Amino acid sequence: MKKQLDTRRRLYTLCILVRDIPGVLSQVARLFSRKGYNIESIVSGETDRPGITRITIGILADQGMIEQIAAQCSKLLPVTAVKILDEDTSIRREIALVKVGAADRNARDEVIQLANIFRAKVIDVSRESLTLGIFGSNSKITALIGMLTDYGILEIAKTGTIAIERGRSTIYDDNKLKEEYDYGKHVL
Amino acid sequence: MKIRATQAIMECLLEQEVDTVFGYPGGTILNVYDELYRYQDKIRHVLTAHEQGAAHAADGYARATGKVGVCFATSGPGATNLTTGIATAHLDSSPVVFITCNVGESLLGKDAFQEVDSTGIAMPITKAAFLVRDAQQIPDVMRQAFAVAATGRPGPVLIDFLKNVTALDQMIDYTFIPWRENRKCGSLQPLGDSHLPKKPEPDQEDVEKLLEMIAQAERPLLICGGGVVRGRAHREFREFAEKLDAPVAITLMGGGGFPGGHPLTTGMIGMHGSRASNVACDECDLLIAVGCRFSDRVALDPATFASQSKIVQIDIDRAEIDKNVPTDHHIIGSARRVLTLLNQGMPQYHHEAWKERILPLRQPSAAEESDHLTPQQVLEVIRRRAPKDAIVATDVGQHQMWAIKYLHFDYPGQLLTSGGFGTMGFGLGAAIGAQMGNPDKRVLHITGDGCFRMNCHELCTVEHYHLPIISIVFNNGTLGMVRQWQSLIYNHHYSETTLDRGPDFVKLAEAYGLRGFRVRTREEMERTLDEALASGTGAVIDCMLDIDEMVRPMVAAGSPITDFLLD
Repeated sequence: MKKQLDTRRRLYTLCILVRDIPGVLSQVARLFSRKGYNIESIVSGETDRPGITRITIGILADQGMIEQIAAQCSKLLPVTAVKILDEDTSIRREIALVKVGAADRNARDEVIQLANIFRAKVIDVSRESLTLGIFGSNSKITALIGMLTDYGILEIAKTGTIAIERGRSTIYDDNKLKEEYDYGKHVL
Repeated sequence: MKIRATQAIMECLLEQEVDTVFGYPGGTILNVYDELYRYQDKIRHVLTAHEQGAAHAADGYARATGKVGVCFATSGPGATNLTTGIATAHLDSSPVVFITCNVGESLLGKDAFQEVDSTGIAMPITKAAFLVRDAQQIPDVMRQAFAVAATGRPGPVLIDFLKNVTALDQMIDYTFIPWRENRKCGSLQPLGDSHLPKKPEPDQEDVEKLLEMIAQAERPLLICGGGVVRGRAHREFREFAEKLDAPVAITLMGGGGFPGGHPLTTGMIGMHGSRASNVACDECDLLIAVGCRFSDRVALDPATFASQSKIVQIDIDRAEIDKNVPTDHHIIGSARRVLTLLNQGMPQYHHEAWKERILPLRQPSAAEESDHLTPQQVLEVIRRRAPKDAIVATDVGQHQMWAIKYLHFDYPGQLLTSGGFGTMGFGLGAAIGAQMGNPDKRVLHITGDGCFRMNCHELCTVEHYHLPIISIVFNNGTLGMVRQWQSLIYNHHYSETTLDRGPDFVKLAEAYGLRGFRVRTREEMERTLDEALASGTGAVIDCMLDIDEMVRPMVAAGSPITDFLLD
């Protein structure tokens, strides 16, 4: 049977494991720019395996688009695993550092209260500013930032979304698709 | 053992059994060329007129011999001149290792003289691009490059050495390891075994599923794609086709994968596909494509392509499955291995009724009599008078389509053509590479006047190395394929396609020290080709054709495959 594709545009998260070699991030990123797609967010970080980096990319796409990019990604030689995660089956989190102008005591108190409500942490304080750190879902962080706007946001440093599957299954699990891509990468 | 870094580069070429390289020297690659001077009795270097020619030659060498081609160039413009050649090899999955040098570490990124980010430029058009900053990595990177270029779906690889890495006082540890052994060491180890512990094998269940589908099919159609050629799976494919007893359509890149004169062949498929191939595609109930990616020149309109049929794709590259056309089933594996497994499990089928529907649609191909020379006549003369196993390198455009339609290709590497990238100027370079790799075979370069003008400076390479290549120029005084579109789709607005200008190709050939001929009739063509073939030297035959010759049949881009714009 020919595959039917979902044509709705949704926010997908693509998790990619790569061998950590120079230029690998741009190899992955160019697959998006080649097709004129805009990356919503991108995060790259270490994993539990030495020499393996996990790149997490958020993209607004339909199923055909995301599968095409995942396919092109999977065939790159330094890529060892690719997983498409969607909202229903994964946990996604972000981190933000928000520097708020709070010159007087009242403002500072209010910002600290807001931080408590959102379970954000006050990380740095000076006479004229407070810096909050928050870890949470995109919507939670967006909500906090919205509230803080009233006090004058001086600067925001925010990561993109990181994501992991719910339940026991992991990106390392072997499956037939992975084997099929590996077939083409074998050098023996 | 300690040896010079540049010596390690040469030794690594010898590990891979490389005896011929193509290239062009320059400032940053001087050290490598100095070493080459010492290795000249082991490695033959072919100096072309232009880096693009060297790139196409290495590509043509790879396509014709099945070995990995090697091409050298210097930094900056040397590297950028390669790019069209690299992209050509990439789109047609041809294994070539390109070796460039860049400025030294201390100048890197400072916009130094002839500096360019070669690996950055090459990234989208190679399987891998390596920047070597440490001489000790040389053996490892060289081994990786060749393994990556040759295995899986083949393709080009670029290695960019910084000049200081190649310094002649740079000594490194090196042990000679033949290529069969070195695939298991260094950085190749993860590629060799971490992906899969065992040597990969097609999925047996997938094979059995296809065998069941075949058993139920009444109107099967086979497509022979470029994967059959690259995988040298022509014997297995032929056995499969004969056992299946089904019509075989051949893509442009599949030329040579299945005998052009075989009773089951329906010819090319797609935009300039034969009526038989295109109708078969429309009416079949099982389409099995081997090593074919359903490009937009084959599956012109993916929505209506083989719409009555189950589609099965056999490919080594998983990323090709469902890319252009959604499929019902696929098998991942090398064409040769998958077809061997299929052949083992398959009985002899007979599809008489289906063959009777499709095969008679093939048109008779005898050239009509005419008062002036026609493309078909030229090709008929070639088919009758040139050796049957002659290698044919083409450029891109009308002459390419005519050549593929009227000539028969019987083995992989017999047809060298830029199918994916459609590079005008590919043919002469490719012919030089093919001739270098096949000194005993006759190599013909079929070209048009537009394409020939693009890289005809390589005639000096033909002359210098005494290559008996015959360039046959289909000279219609126009960019024929573009003119054809302008005639059919753009209201005869011949915008910048008329080539009413020099040079005189006969005099040009003579200027390069080759023989030049001009022919206007079939008889002249016969006489001239005989003379050129007998002389054993390079020649140019300028065939004067009518400006309004068209490639037939033709289906417009994006249309259903049987909506012929031209019959």
